[in-house]
Amino acid sequence: MSETTIDWTRATAARMADALAAGEVTSVELVQAHLDRIAAVDGPVHAFLHIDAEGALETARAVDADRAAGVELPRLAGVPIGIKDVLVTKGLPTTAGSRILEGWIPPYDATVTRRVREARMPILGKTNMDEFAMGSSTEHSGYGPTRNPWDLDRIPGGSGGGSAAALAAFEAPLTIGSDTGGSIRQPASVTATVGVKPTYGGVSRFGAIALASSLDQLGPCGRTVLDTALLHEVMGGHDEMDATSLDEPVPAVVEAALEGARQDLTGVKIGVVRELSGADGGYQAGVTQRFEESLERLRGMGAEIVEVSCPSFEYALAAYYVILPSEASSNLAKFDSVRFGLRVEKATVEKTMLATRAEGFGDEVKRRIILGTYALSAGYYDAYYGSAQKVRTLVQRDFDAAFAQCDVLVSPTTPTTPFKIGERIDDPLAMYLNDIATIPANLAGIPGMSLPSGVAPEDGLPVGFQILAPAHEDARLYRIGAALEASLTAEWGGPLSAQAPELEVAE
Amino acid sequence: MTTMTYEQAMEDFDPVFGIEVHVELNTKTKMFCGCANEFGAEPNTQVCPVCLGLPGAMPVTNEKAVESAIRLGLALGCSIRESSRFARKNYFYPDLAKDYQISQYDEPTCYEGSLDVVLDDGTVVTIGIERAHMEEDAGKNTHVGGTGGIQGADYSLVDYNRGGVPLVEIVTKPITGMGARTAEVARAYVATIRDIVRALGISDGRMEQGSVRADVNLSLRPKAVAGESQDDVPFGKRSETKNVNSLRAIERAVHFEAARQAMLLLSGEHVVQETRHWHEDTSSTTPGRSKEEAEDYRYFPEPDLLPVEPSREWVEELRSTIPEHPAKMRARLREEWGFSDLEMRDVVAADALVLIAATVQAGTSAQAARKWWMGELSRVANDREVALIELPVTPDAVAELQGLIDEGRINDKLARQALEGVLAGEGSPAEVVASRGLEVVSDDSALEKAVDDALAAQPDVLAKIQDGKVQAAGAIVGAVMKATRGQADAGRVREIILQRAGVEG
Repeated sequence: MSETTIDWTRATAARMADALAAGEVTSVELVQAHLDRIAAVDGPVHAFLHIDAEGALETARAVDADRAAGVELPRLAGVPIGIKDVLVTKGLPTTAGSRILEGWIPPYDATVTRRVREARMPILGKTNMDEFAMGSSTEHSGYGPTRNPWDLDRIPGGSGGGSAAALAAFEAPLTIGSDTGGSIRQPASVTATVGVKPTYGGVSRFGAIALASSLDQLGPCGRTVLDTALLHEVMGGHDEMDATSLDEPVPAVVEAALEGARQDLTGVKIGVVRELSGADGGYQAGVTQRFEESLERLRGMGAEIVEVSCPSFEYALAAYYVILPSEASSNLAKFDSVRFGLRVEKATVEKTMLATRAEGFGDEVKRRIILGTYALSAGYYDAYYGSAQKVRTLVQRDFDAAFAQCDVLVSPTTPTTPFKIGERIDDPLAMYLNDIATIPANLAGIPGMSLPSGVAPEDGLPVGFQILAPAHEDARLYRIGAALEASLTAEWGGPLSAQAPELEVAE
Repeated sequence: MTTMTYEQAMEDFDPVFGIEVHVELNTKTKMFCGCANEFGAEPNTQVCPVCLGLPGAMPVTNEKAVESAIRLGLALGCSIRESSRFARKNYFYPDLAKDYQISQYDEPTCYEGSLDVVLDDGTVVTIGIERAHMEEDAGKNTHVGGTGGIQGADYSLVDYNRGGVPLVEIVTKPITGMGARTAEVARAYVATIRDIVRALGISDGRMEQGSVRADVNLSLRPKAVAGESQDDVPFGKRSETKNVNSLRAIERAVHFEAARQAMLLLSGEHVVQETRHWHEDTSSTTPGRSKEEAEDYRYFPEPDLLPVEPSREWVEELRSTIPEHPAKMRARLREEWGFSDLEMRDVVAADALVLIAATVQAGTSAQAARKWWMGELSRVANDREVALIELPVTPDAVAELQGLIDEGRINDKLARQALEGVLAGEGSPAEVVASRGLEVVSDDSALEKAVDDALAAQPDVLAKIQDGKVQAAGAIVGAVMKATRGQADAGRVREIILQRAGVEG
């Protein structure tokens, strides 16, 4: 083995893959470098709930041996990855951030977990998240919050704060997230990383612990658009275990990312959604400023910028907070102590179920179960769930109309840069407003991406740029995203993530 | 009044009833996963993440179950919805792995049908079918200690093998105007459903194993007074008697509930709308939970599944596979087979119709098939306390056995011995005949000697025969059969006797 002089944790996944293929580095070296980095910084960051050092090294050794033996390997073979704890992993603890699943070892792999294993990617561990993916800050994890590597006093977004922070802290080059209302894109936005929510059905949900089945979608997270595309192609594709999985090939997102990097957007029409642009106020000044600068860059590459209006988006947040809790109240019923997870033993099975759920679930989970149970109750169903579904249809129509005028839609990903831990924990409504720009995509099932557009001048914290495309057109996200990224990194002299302040390294 | 009979209740009241029948489909796998759908395996051996409701698991609809449900719907004269949805029925119970049941709610696949039911005296009653929808079964709880219920049990065991087994629930419209024949109609309706699912081959239709289960809803309303139409009299409050699992019990449950409700109403009390449990041992019902405090199931469309959207072509293709109505088939077969009404009724009551039909199909005459299934085999089934279909003998084997008789290779007595061997698992009839050495003695020289011996022993009989009283030969035949321990071909023996006596047969 050669003496490593480069800090491999700073490299992109694409670079790591090339270096592995060229024999410049081994998978064991890559995995070890990341395990060392995790050991050094994850104390305060707390991106991981569980580390599987031995499992990751074992995969790495096998990949290295196969490569030495001349076996043909998948592109990302040997590149380490972190998996959000919402995905079940056979033999590895899986909690979805909840105490109610503490100690549960799944007897099976999620389809995406299986695909990651088939891609021969060493799994470093499971990343932290808001309990059952309910939250925008990862403060609702049953195992303590994750902190933003840009400022440890701030939130890394949520629910996938662990997956985003792991990237921003260079603890993993790639991670997997799940996005129900923005849980991939909003954390990407506040940590200066890239996250994609694919078209609904584009990635199998089998083995992803369900929050709201009609909104949930798994997706790739990385530090660059190309890395994210490489992981997207590993994860995507039809799965007969998921009835809602699309029976079509994975979009050619890697090719789109490579094409976009050439920075030619001639003939591309980009729509600015008035209702999501911050034009009506309420967005942080630096967020709006970076967004407008990005638009200028896109225009500079030949894109035409038009304004579109989606009037129903005004009701999207309200509809979302009826549909999500309704589905969640049913999805979370199975956590009843009978077959797995926590059991608080009482005199009868009914009391045991009650006590287990009272102790095992956190406040936000209970809040949403109560909301959803109420919304689905006889006599309220039409007024709440029924109305929310109608709004959902209107949101879809607004998107249809908007995409009739342009190829992609864009907006800031979040209204503000990351807020301070604890700042909104007692104000659920303020917390929910974080997702105002990301939620409509989930209601419509369309794909969306967030990528860094710079830091806000007033606080030096990351600002995210969101791109939305019509269903099945995930490749457009990558083309436009890669173009903007290429333009911005040329100016920055490298990815924005490199500008994050150095974390204190533990002995 | 302290007691009341069903008949007395019918003097003052007009019953309104409805029946929900759950049919367990006999698909190879469960409704939403690939686990085996088989009765009687070791507890929790036919389970997977999906039917155990493990975190992350998702259902996928069993196409074969959809096909069975549509065929059943078509046999019940239902319309088939172009697009129907599954819904979640939410309630907490340990046998329900996900704590919700995937069922169909506002959009059942099959709706608005009707079914003709033929009563014993030939009366045809048309029952309106509200819907037939698909759902998954729950697991099975066993409560140990206490009174056998979940409350107060020392502990409870759950077997999830049944969890996720595909069911079709058939719901009738309210059935009125049957008066005192209500119980008979209820029974005949369930029997007809059972016959239909068997004829379709979509369920084994075994009520004793719970593969066909019925809930009986019943209410009483006063008989219309003179000048008033019975239709104008409003329905009373109903009870829903759960899990009535035999045809006899259906009739008894109707009797009990009608009499119980009549007693209450006549003594000025009212009937509580509630579910009731059926007790087979006492032929009575006791209250379950009251509908007034009924749970709210919070139904909503199942987001993990796509709608069921059978193409018109497929539905028409399935329609062509629907067998004729069991009652019509019975009438036709009775005609073809030349059975009397009574014979046919006995055959149906013994669940032997399909077995006889299959035996006839295999080449046996209808009378011979009936003789075996209603005679010897019914006796054996009765001794063993099992259904005919559970005997380890197939219609093909019965046909083979009869074939051996028809060929003269064995006689009736030997055939019964051969059958005994078949039932003991010794092989096919021909194999048993060979291994037990049962074949009739057809070697003429051996028979001739036996005949000569018998004639010599009874010279008076020989004289009678020679006098033209050929029926006297019977005594010689009997003696020869005895001497050959039954293994002689009686017809051949008779021929030899007549030859020896010098008379033509």
